[in-house]
Amino acid sequence: MNEIALQAGTLWLREITRFMRQRSRVIGSFLQPLVFWLLLGAGLRASFKPAGMPAGMDYFEYLYPGFIVLVLLFTAIFATISTVEDRREGFLQGVLVAPISRSTIVIGQALGGATLAWVPSVIFLVLAPFAGIHLSLGAAIAAALMMAVIAFALTCIGLAIAWKIESTQGFHAIMNLILVPIWLLSGAFWPISGAPAVLQWIMRLNPLTYGMAALRQTLYLGETQALGGLPSLAFAIAIAVAFAIATFALAARTARRATAF
Amino acid sequence: MASELRFRYGQRTAIDGVSFTIGRGEFFGLLGPNGGGKTTLFKIISTLVPPQDGDARILGFDLRRDTIALRRRIGVVFQHPSVDGKLTVGENLAHHGRLYGLGGARLRERAAKMLERLGLSDRAGDLAETLSGGLKRRVELATALLHNPELLVLDEPSTGLDPAARRDFLNYLAHLRETAGVTIVLTTHYMEEAERCDRIGVLHQGRLVAIAPPAELKARVGGDIVAINARDPETLRRKIAERMRVNAMLVDGVLRVERPRGHDFVRDVVDAFGDEIESVTFGKPTLEDVFVHLTGHRFFAGASGAREDGARDE
Repeated sequence: MNEIALQAGTLWLREITRFMRQRSRVIGSFLQPLVFWLLLGAGLRASFKPAGMPAGMDYFEYLYPGFIVLVLLFTAIFATISTVEDRREGFLQGVLVAPISRSTIVIGQALGGATLAWVPSVIFLVLAPFAGIHLSLGAAIAAALMMAVIAFALTCIGLAIAWKIESTQGFHAIMNLILVPIWLLSGAFWPISGAPAVLQWIMRLNPLTYGMAALRQTLYLGETQALGGLPSLAFAIAIAVAFAIATFALAARTARRATAF
Repeated sequence: MASELRFRYGQRTAIDGVSFTIGRGEFFGLLGPNGGGKTTLFKIISTLVPPQDGDARILGFDLRRDTIALRRRIGVVFQHPSVDGKLTVGENLAHHGRLYGLGGARLRERAAKMLERLGLSDRAGDLAETLSGGLKRRVELATALLHNPELLVLDEPSTGLDPAARRDFLNYLAHLRETAGVTIVLTTHYMEEAERCDRIGVLHQGRLVAIAPPAELKARVGGDIVAINARDPETLRRKIAERMRVNAMLVDGVLRVERPRGHDFVRDVVDAFGDEIESVTFGKPTLEDVFVHLTGHRFFAGASGAREDGARDE
């Protein structure tokens, strides 16, 4: 147990150390969602009101949690791209011949990637007042915890892909094909209740919908703001946590089956 | 240590029924051209990939079942650096030590000792990416030795090193074997590196075509080597066979003759066919000649030829 903690810990530490030395990488993945949010929100708040929008909320505010998740998504993607490069030739070779199980490698990578995704998203929380959300300390802590769960799940999806494929080019294509649609259909852009019936079903089957719903509710913890037909907080948290565990299991399994080049 | 090893990439067989034993404390080289299968064999010995067929035991551990226990006793140096350029030399060592379960004071002590032994102490705080190729290779070696392995496996360790750095590196390996009794297995396509080994295994197209000390391999070549360049080598080959009863091998457009007392043969052949010969060279057999003798191919016979029938391993 002690050894597993030491091994996973050193992989985590390596991700953090590398990040501290190439900050521009993650700063970019923080600024991009920020700009999207400001432009989309500012442009659409006056004219756009999707069906099912909660009363007393404008679109700028509605989009805010969705873009927190986008920060998580982008940074998780960046954090896992290095896995593809490490695996091809270099750093990961040395890890693969060390007395460490593939699952432990994935724990270290997932915790490292999730931490790198989580930190900028917590900075994003500071912008809540601009969205018109008055965050209490309790709400901020609950939201940050929820963001950690989502960050872990998204990083694990990225890792499952990174352990499977051989080049970063393929990685970008898959990311755009899988991760961005999952995000689009999570309730980030429009409420489930207002969507057409078929889309509603797809959104209900999308595991990220529950992470998003849980995050949305934690942001308003202790407030009376209506949020419009979301699954209950307890249910949403349960699904989000189960999703994180399932994606980890998937990533670990993919890593175990991956052969070295 | 290994018998009947096999490894395939899809349809291509990279390692085909290879069997050999390496003794403890031996300095063993796997020699072969690129694509001959030596990198694949390196991957199997270093536990990077499991053999698909055959039995292999290293230090008494089964390569397929006891990998974790075995890995604690093996140090691996890769051809492409596995140190993280964005970490300092010291951080790379610490990271590596923790992967092997070393922590705290023991880790610091071991790391300091390895840095000192490899002359890297004043570089501990430098980012690995800022080091020269030779120094980087030394960092690789320091990490590979950090956990005190009984077996050190190296893949083309002198790739990218200048001759002086290569000599230093080989000297250190020899010193390591003598002082610490570490068994060393390396893959190489440099003859001078192979010369330093106790024994070498010659790999060609996934098969082990010979395994012996370098001197013994050279003795297998029949005496001296005479290489003849001619305008029409095929015709000359036939004439030499007819008139002198000597079989010359045509390798890459050059006639090669293996003869005891080669200087006599040079004189005779120049007397007889002086007009048709452009140049003649004469020498004692090198490991390259051994390779030609064993396989009928030139060692560097264009990477293309080797790649067609070999593995995808370089």
